[in-house]
Order: sequence, then structure tokens, then C-alpha cells
Amino acid sequence: MTLTLRAGLLACAAGALTASAASAETITIATVNNGDMIRMQKLTDDFTAKNPGIELEWVTLEENVLRQRVTQDIATNGGQFDVMTIGTYEVPIWAGQDWLVPLTDMPEGYDADDILPAIAGGLTTDGTLYAAPFYGESSMVMYRKDLMEAAGLEMPDAPTWDFIKEAAAAMTEGDVYGICLRGKAGWGENMAFLTAMANSYGARWFDEEWNAQFDTPEWEATLTDYLDLMNNYGPPGASSNGFNENLALFQQGKCGMWIDATVAASFVTNPADSTVADKVGFALAPDKGLGKRGNWLWAWNLAIPAGSEKTDAAKAFVAWATSKEYTELVAANEGWANVPPGTRTSLYENQEYLDAAPFAEMTLESINAADPQNPTVDPVPYVGVQFVAIPEFQGIGTAVGQQFSAALAGQVTAQQALENAQTLTTREMERSGY
Amino acid sequence: MARKVTTQRMAVNTVVAWVIGLLIFFPILWTILTSFKTEAQAIADPPIFLGFNWTFENYIEVQERSNYFRHFWNSVVISVGSTLLGLVIAVPAAWAMAFVPGKRTKDVLMWMLSTKMLPPVGVLVPIYLMFRTLGLLDTKLGLVIVLTLINLPIIIWMLYTYFREIPGEILEAARMDGATLRGEVVHVLLPMAVPGMASTVLLNIILAWNEAFWTLNLTAAKAAPLTAFIASYSSPEGLFYAKLSAASTMAIAPILIMGWFSQKQLVRGLTFGAVK
Repeated sequence: MTLTLRAGLLACAAGALTASAASAETITIATVNNGDMIRMQKLTDDFTAKNPGIELEWVTLEENVLRQRVTQDIATNGGQFDVMTIGTYEVPIWAGQDWLVPLTDMPEGYDADDILPAIAGGLTTDGTLYAAPFYGESSMVMYRKDLMEAAGLEMPDAPTWDFIKEAAAAMTEGDVYGICLRGKAGWGENMAFLTAMANSYGARWFDEEWNAQFDTPEWEATLTDYLDLMNNYGPPGASSNGFNENLALFQQGKCGMWIDATVAASFVTNPADSTVADKVGFALAPDKGLGKRGNWLWAWNLAIPAGSEKTDAAKAFVAWATSKEYTELVAANEGWANVPPGTRTSLYENQEYLDAAPFAEMTLESINAADPQNPTVDPVPYVGVQFVAIPEFQGIGTAVGQQFSAALAGQVTAQQALENAQTLTTREMERSGY
Repeated sequence: MARKVTTQRMAVNTVVAWVIGLLIFFPILWTILTSFKTEAQAIADPPIFLGFNWTFENYIEVQERSNYFRHFWNSVVISVGSTLLGLVIAVPAAWAMAFVPGKRTKDVLMWMLSTKMLPPVGVLVPIYLMFRTLGLLDTKLGLVIVLTLINLPIIIWMLYTYFREIPGEILEAARMDGATLRGEVVHVLLPMAVPGMASTVLLNIILAWNEAFWTLNLTAAKAAPLTAFIASYSSPEGLFYAKLSAASTMAIAPILIMGWFSQKQLVRGLTFGAVK
């Protein structure tokens, strides 16, 4: 009896060991909560069917929480994630620290050359691609065609800031505000918009010697015009408005124009959520005639931390999620309009996509108009359109954003806000040894 | 006349209490109502209170997208586990401080409380590195240990307060009757401190259930509790209020129901002490 029991136990143990050895490899993916990423999670059966030896575990977090979580993990070599969703801001910094696995040997047929040059430029360090773009975006003008027509104006494809001001004045009436812009403080909130706007005004964060530039006439003109627009033609309480608040206002017909991420185009034209879905027109972000437009460039990308022990499985997943075949999979299941935009040239040559997404052409033009390697009128020592790709920027950008948000709320004057921005930026850069 | 004044005062007190109660409860009610709206209704201006088409769509989507029960089970294990482990350490500690105090007992109590004044982010990196070395990242055991340490000062303080109200003579009588130390604590002290123990346990389960900083920072996929489940429904780009409300309602429902059923015990323990 005892022998039988022992034999049984041994058989169970052997069986368990065999099962464990044969079990699938699990990779953990940290990702951000947005529509495209959630759609990808729903379609992963396709990946697991093609890769039966790999199982996926998802960690979905809000953008800011995700950023803190993955930064902490990669900086301490925590090894909690095998694939991380990171922004264009992180890629050059982390690649420079050797924290990311180079994506040099992607599977045959991946066609890395098909990635939009503007997007690929922000993800490449010393000629090596360190992250694969999942979706890309720029910013553009979304406007109410009916209100524009009622005001007796016609939006050009490439408007100037002067025209935007004129149109905002003409469209403001009753509870409709001529323009809605970001006012909430944060390096990825109001400073994304204001940095891009400043680029078109000839302003820059730093000169070639890393000296802060908030004491220049270009920054003064940027902030003064922004405050004029918002104080005269913007919604009340705009200093606490970010993307979602402005999206809600625009969808309810309260904004004549909204300059924000191109990804918003699919939201404002969706009849299920938007009361103005059939009245929205698009135009390039405005300029000041200096050769740079006030649009940004951003992409959410999949990258593999150097601390991962499952890089082959992780690469297989990254290749699947950012491939041309994946866009076809989304189109087959959810329609072409729901395909993640802004990453591949071939998507914008696909007539079915162009027919399904009326904003496709303007999105592509906006992305192509941004140059992260050469973002400003005068030369700068940094990479990035609406950010400066240095580790200190998150802190400095948010602190400056708080000053400009306070100016919008009327707590300080534009001049005071600029002086404070200059002082705090200079102090932080000196402390950091620039 | 005096009776009339008393009645009037009672009526005023009742109204004031109801108003305060409703004000405190309103955000939870609004969250529950929003969870049954569409995303467009959730952001409607002016806000819609009750006149909307009720939908379960958000709950269905949340259930499809996330493994609620795994997060729920993690929350149960972490909150109950940390509370029980905390009690095992806190009961003898509180007994010693209440019945055999030393010269430095009050200093020790204040020192323990002072650890609650340190912003947790200040020790995040050292703890993260320790957890990485010990293999405790993304484990329920790791979170039980961390939440025990965080809540231990509160457990010890609460039990110390209750134990102090128990006359030392009762324990002395038990000792004279031949009770061992263990018997004195288990058979005499703890039965008398049941209301205080119950409120301590309930309060700590609630605190551990709602703890978001450590549970978000030390977990990934396997040990993530309901706080991580809620965090996955917030988004800076795109409408999410209705789905976030559904996720929040599902996350707070268990602890809300538990609080509802145990509120008498909780209030009695918190307001009257151990032996009154």
C-alpha cells in the first residue's frame, strides 16, 4: 500500500514537472488605457493562435501611473515587464541608458522601412530602432463647419494664428466658445500645446548652450496671444481643462475650434458620442509664417526592457502588434476607421482606409509637418517637438506649466509667469550640470 | 417648555445629520448612477440625475476586459492577511504597553505614530529594491508584509487605547487564580476587548482594501488588487467616466456591504471603547 502511494506521488510529481516544462512562456505587457490598446487586448487570440508557446499577461494603467510604474521598474532593473508601452519622450533617453533592447532583428516581412519617417526618427538612436510605434499622432485644428460658415469665414487648409484669432472672435456667441485649448498644468498637458505653439512663434526652450529662453520676445508673444485667445474667446475655468474636458465641450457643441491631438478626430466624428459628428472640419495646426507649424508629434510605442529574460517572445509580440497584418486584422474585426493611425506609410496608401477615415489625410500631413530632430525655427541642442528629450524635462515642464496655468487663471501676469519660468528653469538646469 | 426646546433641537440635529450624511454619500451615489449611463450621458451638460436610459453595458465591458474576480480575491487575501498578521504582532505589543508600561512607553508609541508622517514615496525605491532582491515583487505575501507594517502603528494604538480601559485588577485576579500569561490574554483580556478588536479589524481591512500607493507600485499582473483594477479604467485621452464608475462601483461594493452590516460594531468600538 505504502509503495503504491509513493509510486502514485512520484508519478504526480513527474507529471507536474513535465507539464511545467511544456507550459507556455508568459510575457507581461504594461500598457496604457486607450481605445487602440484595449482593442489590441481583445484581438490577442490571433497572436496566441499563431504563437502557441507564448501566453500574454496584461497590466493596463492610466498614462501617468503607467509612466511612473515602468520608469521605476526599468531604472531599478525590476524585471516586472517584458514589453512596455512608452512614449516618444522616453525612447531616446532610455535608449541612451542602454535600458532597451534594440529592435534590429525583427522577423522577416516586418518591413521597418514602412514606418513613417517622422515617427521612426523619434524612436531611433544612432541609427538603431529601439521601439516599434503602435499608434502615432500629431495635433491639428478641429472646427465646426456650420459655425464657420455662419460667421462668413472659410477655414484654409493651413491657417495662420491671426486667422484663428479672427475666427474665434467671430464664432464666439452665447454658450459657444470660439476656441478651446488646453489649460491644465502639466508637461504633457498645457505645455504640449504651448511648446508646439511656441515653436511656430520662433521661440525655443533652450539655446544651443542650454540657456533657458523664456525671457525672449518670442515666448512673450506666444503666451500673450494664448492668454488673449483663451480669456476673450475660451470657456470659463479653462485653466483646469485638459484633453478630456475639451473633448466633452466640443462633443456637446460648445467649441467653435479645438486644437489638439489628431486622435480626437475619431471621437468628435463618432455619432454615438458627439452631437456635432457631421459638422466637423479639419485643418493643419496654425503657423506664424516662420516655417514651423504649431503641431506636435507623439507616438505610443512598444519596447522591450533590457532586463527582460524573454526577449524572443517579447519581440514576437511587438512584431505582431505593430505589423501591417495587425492593421488588416483590426480592419476585418472592427472596420478600417478603427485601425491604429499614424505609424505606417502603407496605411495611407490604402484606399479603403482613406475612404473610412475622413481625417486620415490631415493626420498624415500633420505628422509629416513635425520634425522632432529639428523642431524650432532657430537651432536647438535637443530632440522633441512638444517636449525636450532630457530626463529633467518632466519636472521642469510641469513647473513651467503651473506658471502658465496660473497666468490663465489670472493669479499672475504673463510677464510674471515668464520671469518665474525663466528663473526656475535656469536653476534646475544649473543644478543638473548643463 | 424645556421639552419643546429639546424636541426642536433634536429635529434640527436630525436634519443637519441627514444633510451631512447625504453630502458625504452623494459622490458614491453619483458614481453608482454614472456607471449605468452611456459615456455621452456621463459628460452631459447640464448633468443628468435620473432621467437617462439605464444600461448595463459598462459592467459587461468591464467584465469582458478585466478579470474582476482575480483582483477581488487578491484584495481579500491582502487586506485580511495584513490585518491578521498585524493583530498577531499588535496584541502582545499593546498588552505590554497597557499593563506593564515602561519609562519610554509613550515615546515608543509616539515614535510608531511618527512613521505614519513619512510620505511613502520617500521609501519607495529602497523597498522596491529590497522586494526585487527577495523576489517579493508582484506577490500577495509581499503586499501583506508591507500593508502590515504600514497599518501596525494604527492597530497598536487602537488596541492600546482599548486595553487601557480594562481594569488591571481583573487580569491580576486571573493571575492569582493561576492563569498563565497566554490564558490571561486569550481567555480574559481578548473576550473583554471584543468590541475594540472588532472595530480595529474592520478599520484595518478597510484601510488595506483602499490602499493604492503600495498596491499599485509593487504589483504587476499576478497580485494586483482592486485598486489596480480601478486604475486601469482612467485615461487622459478619451471618454472613460462611465466605465471607470462601473469599475469603481464593483471595487467598493464588497467593502461598502461589509461596512453596512458591521456599522453598529464599528461605531460602538470607535466611540465607546472596550468595556463601556
